Amino acid sequence: MPTMNMIQALNDAHKVTMRADDDIVVFGEDIGYFGGVFRVTEGLQKEFGKTRVFDAPISEGGIVSTAVGMAAYGLKPVIEIQFADYIYPGYDQIVSEVAKMRYRTAAEWTMPMVIRTPYGGGIFGGQTHSQSPESLFTHIAGLKVVIPSTPYDAKGLLIAAIEDPDPVIFFEPKRIYNGPFDGHHDRPVKPWSKHPASEVPEGHYTIPIGKASVVREGEDLTVLAYGTMVHVALAAVEEQGIDAEVIDLRTLVPLDLETIEQSVKKTGRCLVAHEAPRTSGFGAELVALVQERCFYHLEAPVERVSGWDTPYPHAYEWAYFPGPKRIKTALGKVMAD
Amino acid sequence: MRDKDPALRRNAPRLALHVPEPAFRPGDTPDFSSVQVPAAGAASRPDTTAAAAETHPLATQLVRVLGEDNQAVGPWDPKLAPDTLRKMLRDMVTVRIFDDRMYRSQRQGKTSFYMKCTGEEAIAVSAQTALDRDDMHFPTYRQQGLLVARGYPLTEMMNQIYSNRGDKLKGRQLPIMYSDKAHGFFSISGNLATQFPQAVGWAMASAIKGDSRIAMGWVGDGATAEGDFHSALTFAAVYNAPVILAVVNNQWAISSFSGIAGAERATFAQRAVGYGIAALRVDGNDALAVYAVVNWAAERARANGGPALIEFFTYRAEGHSTSDDPSGYRPTNEAKLWPLGDPIERLKAHLLAIGEWDEERHTAMTAECDAAVRAAQKESEKLGILPEQGKDDIGSVFTDVYADVPWHLAEQREKALAEGAD
Repeated sequence: MPTMNMIQALNDAHKVTMRADDDIVVFGEDIGYFGGVFRVTEGLQKEFGKTRVFDAPISEGGIVSTAVGMAAYGLKPVIEIQFADYIYPGYDQIVSEVAKMRYRTAAEWTMPMVIRTPYGGGIFGGQTHSQSPESLFTHIAGLKVVIPSTPYDAKGLLIAAIEDPDPVIFFEPKRIYNGPFDGHHDRPVKPWSKHPASEVPEGHYTIPIGKASVVREGEDLTVLAYGTMVHVALAAVEEQGIDAEVIDLRTLVPLDLETIEQSVKKTGRCLVAHEAPRTSGFGAELVALVQERCFYHLEAPVERVSGWDTPYPHAYEWAYFPGPKRIKTALGKVMAD
Repeated sequence: MRDKDPALRRNAPRLALHVPEPAFRPGDTPDFSSVQVPAAGAASRPDTTAAAAETHPLATQLVRVLGEDNQAVGPWDPKLAPDTLRKMLRDMVTVRIFDDRMYRSQRQGKTSFYMKCTGEEAIAVSAQTALDRDDMHFPTYRQQGLLVARGYPLTEMMNQIYSNRGDKLKGRQLPIMYSDKAHGFFSISGNLATQFPQAVGWAMASAIKGDSRIAMGWVGDGATAEGDFHSALTFAAVYNAPVILAVVNNQWAISSFSGIAGAERATFAQRAVGYGIAALRVDGNDALAVYAVVNWAAERARANGGPALIEFFTYRAEGHSTSDDPSGYRPTNEAKLWPLGDPIERLKAHLLAIGEWDEERHTAMTAECDAAVRAAQKESEKLGILPEQGKDDIGSVFTDVYADVPWHLAEQREKALAEGAD
């Protein structure tokens, strides 16, 4: 089985789906001849031609809105927003048009499309290349929100997203494009090739949207995470020596609440971790759901680990990032109560 | 950078912000003598294969076909068959009667909202007449004439306005936000200008697939200020998309006159110049001229000649919507004094002038249109009016958010059903 990093896995997902479906078109800034700033679309224009894979003007609103028109025509656009931080000029189109089209037309027009975008920090990108805006999309009826954390999941989830009849916002944790990240920024980067989930099957397979993955089974507490934070949390619980159950949500909407509920009822304790700011972050939704469903099983208040409610500060990246120290403090608190 | 002592500027004029103001406010007597109305037939007609730049002088002119003598004149005369002209007249009359009936329905409390297109009927009706049946429109809320001219059942339109049991949109959309794929009419959005670049995307898709269909996007003068307008022009220009981009300049965006959207500085057609897109500016109350320019742009787009931006110069004779009272911001007699006249009267006068119409036939046709609208209304109201809706199928609120109903919506549906709508 080939070993791939997340970029190669995502690239492969494009190729597998585009070979099977002529209606898939891919466009975005710098994604054509050059293959994208992170190289996810490398080689696609060469294989599929310039009318299916092409560079777009620097106009995220234009990229999303023309994708709406293409989906209305019957194509299946898979578009790239170069950084999640750049998605806001397209936000009106995503919220008012993409998300609501099926509903407002009683399914006469639907918007099967994937909006891929690299998100998250840990790459010294400053406040305009580090944001985690997922909760701005989980709040919008009609969107699905997917975030992979391994090459294997990335390929399977992207194929599922492309084949999904509804619009999917596909957030790619760019800190772990090239290797899993344990949160220790001062240590050398480990490549994906040393991780079992870098074994990516050739050809077509899917990871179902709406299904979480228990990446570490445990008895003491449940950690809910997604994207880069899955790996940071895994490392932290190992270092802390806690027998935690770590759940990679993989899809935020629709959420796999069943897996969460089962786990928290078993462990009686829960910690939620994300990079995004705390206030109104997706963690708030998770905490609310856990207390609604599992209140009588809880032995301690549910803890949230998150970024601060500030813009992402460039030089103070590691004071902002919810790294091992912040997670361990929170783990200690949940376990102590 | 010059590091001058600010005190040295003390004799410079004070900077002043210019806030555009319309020429006339309530109580004023409108005088439109400053509106340039070139003679019919004066504008040249470039070949449809001409370079975009050859059209740019037309961005400050006005294509007009119907002359003072009500005859068609000049190179833009589309030379339409009398039957076609009569069909256009009939559709325009139907639209006006439909608007009046539905406006009244709203006032009677049968629905929540309505928008008329009075004075602008020629634009949508003639544009539709010039396009092919399978071309796709991305309209605003004032292009009901597209549906009427394409033969969409009036009852269906009313069912949507009443959100009743026959409403194919299941009561989810504000009245007049129609959608019908089969009649080439994309779903209307209340978020203005969103549809403009969508039309470009549809046209790009048609070109990607090697199709022969084209798209037509619509926007009002006010919404040209939206970023989406510029996205549309950029993408249309970059990919040479087979799209017609229509700006209906009816002078008013609710209470803001076109100057608030930049009309004091340049015409809306001139926006095309910087993008290298073909530009046409047309008398929107001249049904023949509207047909001619849309036909020109369609021929150009279909031959891979690329996009065209057309400004339809017209006047919004009524309020923005049933929620608007224009007497609060403009003189009440402006519409009557508007120098380009009424589009229905002008087309009728043309048919009379060429001996293809008479008053008796016009009266009879108007009565037929009126009867058709009334019959459709009766039919539609059998399926209910808005105040009676919203109780029968609460479960439907939760369908079509996604292709399948996810667990969280299924849970909320149970709660909503238990609650009811009282």
